[in-house]
Amino acid sequence: MKVLVAVKRVVDYNVKVRVKSDGTGVDIANVKMSMNPFDEIAVEEAVRLKEKGVVTEVIAVSCGVSQCQETLRTAMAIGADRAILVESADELQPLAVAKLLAALVAKEQPGLVILGKQAIDDDANQVGQMLAALTDLPQATFASKVEIAEGKATVTREIDGGLETLALSLPAVVTTDLRLNEPRYVTLPNIMKAKKKPLEIVTPAALGVDVAPRLKTVKVSEPAGRKAGIKVPDVATLVDKLKNEAKVI
Amino acid sequence: MTALVIAEHDNASIKGATFNTVTAAKACGGDVHVLVAGHNAGAAAAAAAQIAGVAKVIHADGAQLANGLAENVAAQVLAIAGNYSHILFPATASGKNVAPRVAAKLDVGQISDITKVDAADTFERPIYAGNAIATVQSTDATKVITVRTTGFDAAAATGGSAAVETVAAAADSGKSSFVGSELAKSDRPELTAAKIIVSGGRALGSSEKFNEVMTPLADKLGAAIGASRAAVDAGYAANDLQVGQTGKIVAPQLYIACGISGAIQHLAGMKDSKVIVAINKDPEAPIFSVADYGLEADLFTAVPELVAAL
Repeated sequence: MKVLVAVKRVVDYNVKVRVKSDGTGVDIANVKMSMNPFDEIAVEEAVRLKEKGVVTEVIAVSCGVSQCQETLRTAMAIGADRAILVESADELQPLAVAKLLAALVAKEQPGLVILGKQAIDDDANQVGQMLAALTDLPQATFASKVEIAEGKATVTREIDGGLETLALSLPAVVTTDLRLNEPRYVTLPNIMKAKKKPLEIVTPAALGVDVAPRLKTVKVSEPAGRKAGIKVPDVATLVDKLKNEAKVI
Repeated sequence: MTALVIAEHDNASIKGATFNTVTAAKACGGDVHVLVAGHNAGAAAAAAAQIAGVAKVIHADGAQLANGLAENVAAQVLAIAGNYSHILFPATASGKNVAPRVAAKLDVGQISDITKVDAADTFERPIYAGNAIATVQSTDATKVITVRTTGFDAAAATGGSAAVETVAAAADSGKSSFVGSELAKSDRPELTAAKIIVSGGRALGSSEKFNEVMTPLADKLGAAIGASRAAVDAGYAANDLQVGQTGKIVAPQLYIACGISGAIQHLAGMKDSKVIVAINKDPEAPIFSVADYGLEADLFTAVPELVAAL
């Protein structure tokens, strides 16, 4: 069985982004970029399934600018066998990415598609679900445990009140939550090996997908700041402030 | 122009997030209808009909809708989607699961986690862990939206008298099935709806200490308990207590952060709280930059003192 894993190049999670003064977006020039943390978990899970012998091939896919090749090389250093970049300089919104992935699913016929639950830049949490809809596959989002056996995926999901377990017929789409696994560190020899693995580049047009944005960003602004707080010397003062100044208890 | 709200419910009653979503739906203009899709959910449908401002409740009942499987719920929404200009879900685990599926089938972009309605087609939503607010305009005919519940007031649960219309349940997709669930039992207020939240981080050191220190404080204040990702990953607290970009987004009246450094990802989940209190022994902890009241102290002495002083 083949597994397709979608990875996104995003601003590194430790970077505090700044809104551009003209309100057109956030300033990502010269900012450290990395693989979206949830996607690392997705690649790790696919590679673990391969190590268990459940999966024969892991294909990493990314959609976006040419620098996404670095993200794909990282996925291959973790253990993906080959990579596909859908190269586009245009803004790709979740629906467009889902359509591009759906075209690749039709071409590659994977038994399982694993994605992160959300990208930490647009915080959309949509692509996995949209891909499942477009390909008419069952979905299990926010997975914290995945087991593949007898043509079925049994997935434990993180939901608001706790956990729930679903059984899906394969092929299926799974999106990862934080606690699915702990991604491994990539080693230097594996980074070197990853440079030799095949990386195919296609365009949205070649896949027959219209990637025109559906949402127009009118402006991007700073969130309202909080007014500076104070430090209190002891618990008694804190209780007094909460009771008499903030009046919240 | 009519908006459809997908109710979140447990078949007997309507869950809190639905009321906030109704308020957001009203802000889009036009009538508000509510879909209650479930199994033996007559009581939930009747409760939905009482919500102030709801014009009609659509009730679909079938065993295949019992557990809110995305495939079946999305099919149910799509069966009636043609009548609506806006389709709104609460941005909860179940709303986020189903909404994009509906949007993709309708071939429209979805707008996640809106915090404000500027116009019928223009919405505000936080991006980059809440470090920027994007105003987006949808060019699609149908707007499929998830609503950040802390961004909108709850609609009154009573005062409405909507008619309940029963529709046929959509067929089972047959591709997924519900195996079981393991729900954390709690007598405390629900985290996302609580007025006061006390939250603990890695500094608690162990799950025993977490309970020993945080529970008396929560009991005293009638508060819900939250946790940072570090505390959840270390096994000190259940993962549905996680507050942050990837956990619950909360905005209580009072948020008390104990032993939480205040990483960007945690702040994303709580910085809209009315009053924030930080108790931390590290004077440089970033949590102090958002705290209204900061107490630089060891939480193992300060929290029990606080409990005694309340």
